[in-house]
Amino acid sequence: MQPTPTTPRTKPAAALPGLAQLKSAGPLIALVLLCIAGAFLNPDFATVDNLLNVLTRTAFIGIIAVGMTFVIVSGGIDLSVGSMAALIAGGMIVAMNALAADPGAHAGPAVVGAGIALALACGAAFGAAHGLLVTRGRIEPFIVTLGTLGIFRAVLTWLSDGGAITLDAGLAEVYSPVYYASVLGVPVPVWVFALVAVGGAVILNRTAYGQHVQAIGSNEQVARYAAIRVDRAKVLTYLLLGLCVAIATILYVPRLGSATPTTGILWELEAIAAVVVGGTSLRGGAGRVMGTVVGAVLLSVIGNILNLTSIISVHLNPAVQGVVIIVVACLQRGRR
Amino acid sequence: MHLTIPSTIRVAIACLFAAGSLQAAAADKITLGVAIPTATHGFTGGIVWWANQAKKELEAANPTLKVIVKTAAGAPEQANQVQDLLSVNKMNALVILPLESASLTQPVTQVKNKGVYVTVVDRGLTNAAAQDAYVAGDNAAFGRLPAEYLAKRLNGKGNIVVLRGMPSTIDNERVNAFNAEIKKYPGIKVLDAKYGNWNRDDAFKVTQDYLTRFKQVDAVWAADDDMAIGVLKAIEQAKRTDVKEVFGGAGAKFAVKKVLDGDRLVQADVSYSPKFIYDAIKLTANARLKGQALPARTIIPSVLITRDNARQFYFPDSPY
Repeated sequence: MQPTPTTPRTKPAAALPGLAQLKSAGPLIALVLLCIAGAFLNPDFATVDNLLNVLTRTAFIGIIAVGMTFVIVSGGIDLSVGSMAALIAGGMIVAMNALAADPGAHAGPAVVGAGIALALACGAAFGAAHGLLVTRGRIEPFIVTLGTLGIFRAVLTWLSDGGAITLDAGLAEVYSPVYYASVLGVPVPVWVFALVAVGGAVILNRTAYGQHVQAIGSNEQVARYAAIRVDRAKVLTYLLLGLCVAIATILYVPRLGSATPTTGILWELEAIAAVVVGGTSLRGGAGRVMGTVVGAVLLSVIGNILNLTSIISVHLNPAVQGVVIIVVACLQRGRR
Repeated sequence: MHLTIPSTIRVAIACLFAAGSLQAAAADKITLGVAIPTATHGFTGGIVWWANQAKKELEAANPTLKVIVKTAAGAPEQANQVQDLLSVNKMNALVILPLESASLTQPVTQVKNKGVYVTVVDRGLTNAAAQDAYVAGDNAAFGRLPAEYLAKRLNGKGNIVVLRGMPSTIDNERVNAFNAEIKKYPGIKVLDAKYGNWNRDDAFKVTQDYLTRFKQVDAVWAADDDMAIGVLKAIEQAKRTDVKEVFGGAGAKFAVKKVLDGDRLVQADVSYSPKFIYDAIKLTANARLKGQALPARTIIPSVLITRDNARQFYFPDSPY
């Protein structure tokens, strides 16, 4: 096999730094325009309460999308995140209910703490399993995670007997501040989302590990020759994503206090869309965590504006979302 | 889904009933096949549970009766199951909740032509001649009863927001019935109706946005008990006190429990229980054991559930 050329292709855009910058700001410009349009269509859009509502509901998909950015930048994909979130939610509710029902009578906060620890452990374990199947098992990530997508959801459906798994009312009381409380006027999920995003951006752009992930995504062979421990780095990307899914689930459970077989349906596509709208190529190599954050917010702002107005038939709402995604992708074409 | 059956077909059905009853009288043992969707959400979870409940009770009461329950995730799988039930299990009666009307019509017609007595539940087949009997819930009442109730609850004056399910004929039938009834009360305004996809999370988001957009909402028709959960959480979070009633639908056990306990916002519900599969199986089995036929159409009425009658609609053991 011929060695793959390692010199990066010269990008015409690189000659014009101003233009390149404009293109990478594409999603942000689109978001700003959309917000202006939203404020014109309904003045209530620009209220603090509404913007906090939007950011809070973006937190789940946003946190997962930050983890997904790592996996996609490394050249992988994870289709199972929605089902994984549903199974972790179901599993932690069942475990917490069992602990609370125990005659040993644990205190509410301790039970919730145990549930959170269990969620993180499950997320890490599922992520590591994906990573090992992809690297050691040498199975395409698309297939591995398509398989686990089915497995996770089926196990949840079995756990719930096809119905809903509902958190014990007393525990729900103790746990609900994790979603509903605010610190300095900003809801907890928004803080967590911000922390995860900043953490993700630092890891991807400011650490050796982040550089390795990008190198693997742009050319895995070369990365191997450069003595990067490719398998270990790849397993870590899936593990990080698993942890992100667990964090999102920990915030999700107190919202409705229940998991059903419809929980997390299509979250994988929303997360992947947020990553790609944010300017990360599905082919891997380069990506920006902050772009992903903007992408995730953009997607939920569209839904919010559509709910706040009734200018078009409800049947056409998904079409608007599709049009905006394609327009934003257009704004950043030619960057790869 | 209401089927209007042309009179010629009705005559044909009547003839088939006659032929069918002779056959069943001759057979001494009844094998009843039950083909239903797999449990993918609360309602289908309830379908599976009620079907197994009917099997348990019927088999305990009738030693000559065997009930075989099969669940399918897709229409092709269900078509295969129907064939297997005939060729392997030698069923002589079938109760089916078709996953899709059009694609199951042909497979069901074939087993019927081989002498199997067919009862179709909930979703009618495209060719009514493929079924001996049809048992379904009442989707029109599912929409009409909440409209009547909410109009009375608000004394004929106020603002209502509506959540719809998924774009489908069932949803259209319910929403049209609701709108037709609510129009009789000029003081009541329906502010908007958006899809919540019969899903708690989507209902939560849509309601948050309704509450941002409308400063005075007197009642919410959530059109489904699962969606009502999301609606209630959104109202609680926004600390809104203007909403007087959240009306779900289907009679899920947690919703009926709220009605029983005298919840502030959930004081009524409308029944559209997955129990109709239980009724259909029992009706079919009992009729076949006696060698009789079912009426061509049985509509299990949707009933308004209030605190007075909620006890009869509360099934704590069912998953739904």
